[in-house]
Amino acid sequence: MTKLKIPVSADDHAEGPENAEVTLVEYGDYECPHCGRAYPIVKRLQKHFGPRLRFVFRNFPLTQAHPEAEAAAETAEFAGAHGKFWEMHDLLFENQERLDGGLYQELARKLGLATPALSLALEDGLFADRVRADFSGGVRSGVNGTPTFFLNGVRYDGSWEFPELLLVVDQAVEAASHSTQR
Amino acid sequence: MSVSTNQPQAADSGTLLAPGTKAPEFTLPYAPGQTFSLSELRGKPVILAFYPADWSPTCGDQIGLYNEILPEFQKFGAELLGISVDGAWCHKAYSETRKLRFKLLADFEPKGAVARQYGSYRGADGISERALFVIDKNGVIAWSYLSPIRVNPGADGILEALEKLPR
Repeated sequence: MTKLKIPVSADDHAEGPENAEVTLVEYGDYECPHCGRAYPIVKRLQKHFGPRLRFVFRNFPLTQAHPEAEAAAETAEFAGAHGKFWEMHDLLFENQERLDGGLYQELARKLGLATPALSLALEDGLFADRVRADFSGGVRSGVNGTPTFFLNGVRYDGSWEFPELLLVVDQAVEAASHSTQR
Repeated sequence: MSVSTNQPQAADSGTLLAPGTKAPEFTLPYAPGQTFSLSELRGKPVILAFYPADWSPTCGDQIGLYNEILPEFQKFGAELLGISVDGAWCHKAYSETRKLRFKLLADFEPKGAVARQYGSYRGADGISERALFVIDKNGVIAWSYLSPIRVNPGADGILEALEKLPR
């Protein structure tokens, strides 16, 4: 059983309440087509489980295979520093086919973020350490590709298609509500 | 053929060489006409990653992952070698396409001979198991791990083993 070595903390980007029964952590790459396919699946899960599910996204850019993955991750972190992480995260996945410098500027404008500040942040690698830290933590936790999911701190090696994820999250919710009743 | 065992995934590959065993020496091609010997890396920790085949699907692929996290291995001064039964030309094409930054060795002729020596050959399928070895700077196996063939083992085990090596 491979476990998450870096516990979810206030430094993470999380959607959903801290006391949710289930925390799903994804290590993902904005340029990875599988992550692109997983994106709406996670959305559906979030809709289905509401406040019982907390979703955390951590960066795992496979930069050797995906030349835009790093800049996209840094763009999301830049937006995060201005309170717009999830908005940017969503837009990046929704525009995965056309990731490039022009798109990052366009999306930043759309979210009301200062585009010169974004250019500077990308040039200076202002968020590179943050992305690296996510990556290294992921490697330590046994992330073995993208996307890798951890369900309540344990690596999930099964299929991440909607029906399968629905089932395992449901089971985890069940287990959690039983243990709090006891 | 082994019958019942606690390690079902070991199946007909025998048992992986265990920690404390001297790592068997080998010389294998890594590119057409070029060979590499394990002993060339004496003095450095070595990660031997046996894997079933080149060209497995991209993003979830073990070799791609290791290519990405190579700097984390290099922090320990360690060298990574990939080994499969694919031929040198196949490795060359695969390495070039995926821009791999470490050597892939061709355990091609006699097929799987090195995998067999390390207890990592999967006779029924004619391919190598997904097995990992960390060899210390003196050429002794410090850690070994057999992964279920369909599960990419990631790198956490390798890094933990490298951390435990005496410097």
